[in-house]
Formats: sequence, structure tokens, C-alpha cells
Amino acid sequence: MLQAIVDGLLGLTRGFVSLHWSNPVMIAVGGILLFLGIKKDIEPLLLVPIGFGAILTNIPAAGLMEEGGFLRVIYEMGIATELFPLLIFIGVGAMTDFGPLLENPKIFLLGGAGQFGIFLTIGLALLFGFPQLDAVAIGIIGACDGPTAIYVTSKYAPHLLGAVSVAAYSYMSLVPIIQPPIMRALTTQKERTVRMDVETKPASKTARIIFPIVVTVVGGLIAPQGLPLLGTIMLGNLMKESGAVARLTKASENEIANVVTLLLGISIGATMEGTAFLKIQTLLILAFGFVAICLDTVCGVLFGKLMCALGGGRVNPLIGAAGISAYPMAARVVQKEGVKYDKHNFLLMHAVGANTGGQVGSVMAAAIMLSVLRGMGII
Amino acid sequence: MDNLTFAITLIVVGMGGTLLTLALFSFLMTILKRLFPAQEEAPPKKTT
Repeated sequence: MLQAIVDGLLGLTRGFVSLHWSNPVMIAVGGILLFLGIKKDIEPLLLVPIGFGAILTNIPAAGLMEEGGFLRVIYEMGIATELFPLLIFIGVGAMTDFGPLLENPKIFLLGGAGQFGIFLTIGLALLFGFPQLDAVAIGIIGACDGPTAIYVTSKYAPHLLGAVSVAAYSYMSLVPIIQPPIMRALTTQKERTVRMDVETKPASKTARIIFPIVVTVVGGLIAPQGLPLLGTIMLGNLMKESGAVARLTKASENEIANVVTLLLGISIGATMEGTAFLKIQTLLILAFGFVAICLDTVCGVLFGKLMCALGGGRVNPLIGAAGISAYPMAARVVQKEGVKYDKHNFLLMHAVGANTGGQVGSVMAAAIMLSVLRGMGII
Repeated sequence: MDNLTFAITLIVVGMGGTLLTLALFSFLMTILKRLFPAQEEAPPKKTT
């Protein structure tokens, strides 16, 4: 009887006995993510569930990420199958207004230049000795697009999912801090005060409806490996623009997106188990993510300068910085920088156009990268 | 495949491919806008 009581009491110490030094550290990291999300309002919808997921998975002996554990079930259901990022993308498409982009289609090019950081960072990660597919997952942080980064990483480097996701969402929210110094360093006072035409031709409803269909078909034919990403974002946008399925559009951008965001966040947090996460490699991934977003901004602004030079000085190079996918934050940053140098300069709509171009650009960049990798026989 | 070939291929084909695809989208959008121009908003009818 005494032995049974002792055994029972020992059962209550199992969690403490199994504690590895990395677990309390990661519980603290989870706490920091919660602090950033709750107190600092940095991507709270993602950082709160990620932070709590990190805390849950670092309480030992509970087996939440073991076979049959509830976090494992969620992970297998939505991350391993790549379903969660795709469902989020339907909501993203339903929430995005491509109107400003369609008004000035030339701006699409800035959405391409804003993705160059992805490819340059892959080269850097390879230089630092990362395996090829790990380098691809690190580079994709430069897409500045959480679902795309999660989709690519969960497919080709799932062991990096926690670090890549945290980097992607954290840096996205730090865009207002990261971008302005780069924008100022690369442009002259004269360039920053360039005023762009306010009068642009709006796109008709028919053109807005055909746009997602054309992009899906053409983009899918060019880069079939990325069709799930491209198809889901464009499906969401088609539903929004058609106006025919208002209930589905509303569900995609609200209920579905909310439920999936919660499950996505908690299952990403669940991958942040101490022994797997606390490595020099994680710090390098965070550093490369930062470099990727800086390179995106550099390439976007430089491409903006090129467009300015070729377009007879009618393009403000600052809008190049909005060619990344952080929507609509990057566009707001451009507007804010623009009015610092000319109080009456209205760059917002052009920047929003470049920003939505960046959304399509990030998806296309990932799609092209995956198709090139398939072509080379890497995947 | 060695890392140098891998990196250069991805940088050249990836960056070039992304830019060219978006240029193609831009071109297609311009055509779409020409084919389906936005209608001028009709002035509101006067009622007596």
C-alpha cells in the first residue's frame, strides 16, 4: 500500500524529472511571443497561438506531439497535408483588392523585384553550409508572406518550420522599422518627392472578375508546382470580385480564416520543442530572414529607380519598397515616407498597387522556385 | 548537383522567371482593360 502511494506520488513528479534544460528556455520564448502579441500588438493572431503552442509542447511527459497527441493530430491534419496555409490563402484572396494594381498594371513589375531577396538569400544560406532544401526554406522568408513560407517549409524542410514561421511573421510586422532607413539610403531627396499621376483608368468589373482566372491559368501553366498557392488566393479573389457568393466570401475571410489561423498557430508552436529549436541554426535562420527582407527592399527600391529613369521621372522609387508581400503595411510605410518630404504627395494608391503586386509576386516566386526545383530533379 | 550551380540556376531562372511572369501578367491586364473598359458612370436622371 505504501509502495502504491509512493508510486502515485512519483507520477506527479514525472513532468519535473523529464524536464530538459531547453524546455524552460523555450517556455520563456513562448512567453516572449505572447508578450509581443498581447502587449506589443505584433501579429497577435499568429504569435499568441504560436507562443502558447511553444509552451504546451515544452511541458514534458504530456506527449502532445507524440502519436495520438492532440497537437500532433492538428499538425498532421493541416500542416503535413499543407491544407492550413492554402485555406488561409482563400481568405487572403477574399480580403485583397487588386483594383489599384489593375489600374496601373506596370506596377506589377515592382511585385517581382520585391521578391529578389528570396533567391539571393538562398545563395547566402548555401554559402553558410545549409543543405539545398533548407536554404530554399530559409530564402522563402523573403516572400514576406506567412502562408507561402509555411507551405514551402512544411513540404521541403519541416524541421525548420518553427524558426521559419516565427521569422516570417515577426519580420513582417517589423517592416515599418526595417524598410525606411533602406528607402532613405537608396534614394535622393528629389526622387522621394516625385509626384505620380493621380488619375488612372479604373478596371471594369468584368476585368476584375477575369483577372484571377487568367492569373490562375497562365501562372499555373508556367509554374504548376505552385498552383495550390496561386489557385487558392485567386479563388478567394474571384469570389470577392464576382459578388455572387457573398456568404462564401464572408466565411473565407472571417470564420474559416479565424479557425485555421488558430489551428495553424498552435501547431507551428508545437514544432518549437526545445531540443530541436535551440540551435545555432535557428539564430542563423532568424538572421537570414532579416537579410532576405532587407534585400527585397533594396531590390524593390532599385527597380523603382530604374522605372523612374526609364519612365521619364514619373515613378517615385519609394513605391518599389511596397513590392513585398506585407500587405498593406508596406504600402503605408511608403505613404508615410513620401509625405515626410512632400506633405501633398499622394503615393498610397500606387504603393497599394505595388503591394498587391507583391502578393501575387511572392506566390509566383515560390511557384517558380518549386517548379525550377522540380525541373532540376531536386524535389 | 553542386551548390554553386544550384544557387546560380535558382537566382537566374527564379528571379528572371518571376519578373517575366509578372511582366506577362501586366501585359495581359492591359489587354483585359482594353477589351473590357470601365463604363462611364451615367449621370443621375433628373426627377421632377
